[in-house]
Amino acid sequence: MADQAVFAEQAMQYAPQLFSAAMRMTRNRADAEDLVQETYLKAYRSFHTFTDGTNLRAWLFRILTNTYINKYRAKQRRPDETELGDIEDLYLYKQINTSRDTGLGRSAEESLMEMLPDDEVKQALEALPDNFRLPVILADVEGFAYKEIAEMLDIPIGTVMSRLHRGRKQMQKALHDYALARGMVAADVAGSSSDPVQER
Amino acid sequence: MDACDGPDCRETIKELDLFLDDELSDAARSAIRHHLDGCVDCLQAFDFHAELKQVIAEKCQHDEMPADLLSRIEQCFDTDFDGDGVIG
Repeated sequence: MADQAVFAEQAMQYAPQLFSAAMRMTRNRADAEDLVQETYLKAYRSFHTFTDGTNLRAWLFRILTNTYINKYRAKQRRPDETELGDIEDLYLYKQINTSRDTGLGRSAEESLMEMLPDDEVKQALEALPDNFRLPVILADVEGFAYKEIAEMLDIPIGTVMSRLHRGRKQMQKALHDYALARGMVAADVAGSSSDPVQER
Repeated sequence: MDACDGPDCRETIKELDLFLDDELSDAARSAIRHHLDGCVDCLQAFDFHAELKQVIAEKCQHDEMPADLLSRIEQCFDTDFDGDGVIG
């Protein structure tokens, strides 16, 4: 049983994290502000149900996620039926390393990580359908454990794992497409490694 | 590049997500580490994905929060926000 009076003192520190996650979820500043505000109001009102000594951050993210799903996902049609195409495992890694034999692979890898603009990475994440995006936000950005994510999303741990896996691959493909279009990585041209002159 | 084609490598790569997400048992984790110690190809693949995960986390945080959002929220704690007779 927690005291309402200490709520602000303990919970407000997580607002910036909740806001960033809300931005990735709603993809919209005004909705993100509303979502965070609503999350705090709900949390404030039900703070008496929060068990002292348990993870307050996880509790707040659970409310955030539930509020998002109930309020915003309802706007979308048949959200659970969204599927992703099949993408090879280790997609980005394998694409980049087609040029490793020329000795350019490692530097291509390093510069790609540095050169990817924040907005592009955000966009790759935000382009994922909800059922893949939420697990990736909660695991990769917020660092929650599979078990916590399963509870927040009310799905089995195995489903968390498969959605994470597929969501990550889809993001990798989006990032690779971007890097290719900007000439940041070499296209996968057969035989290019035997003719280093073609490599730039 | 024909990295990670042996049976041990395939088994190791299967555990990539669980390893990076810190979801493996201690025993499974040290088995992976043991393989990575002797397999440069798998180590490179693991390093790449560890770095990618870190880059994604870093670049998807730190959105600038509107300056007045916190005060707007805290104000709600003191008022009957939705008119139902309950504070908040």
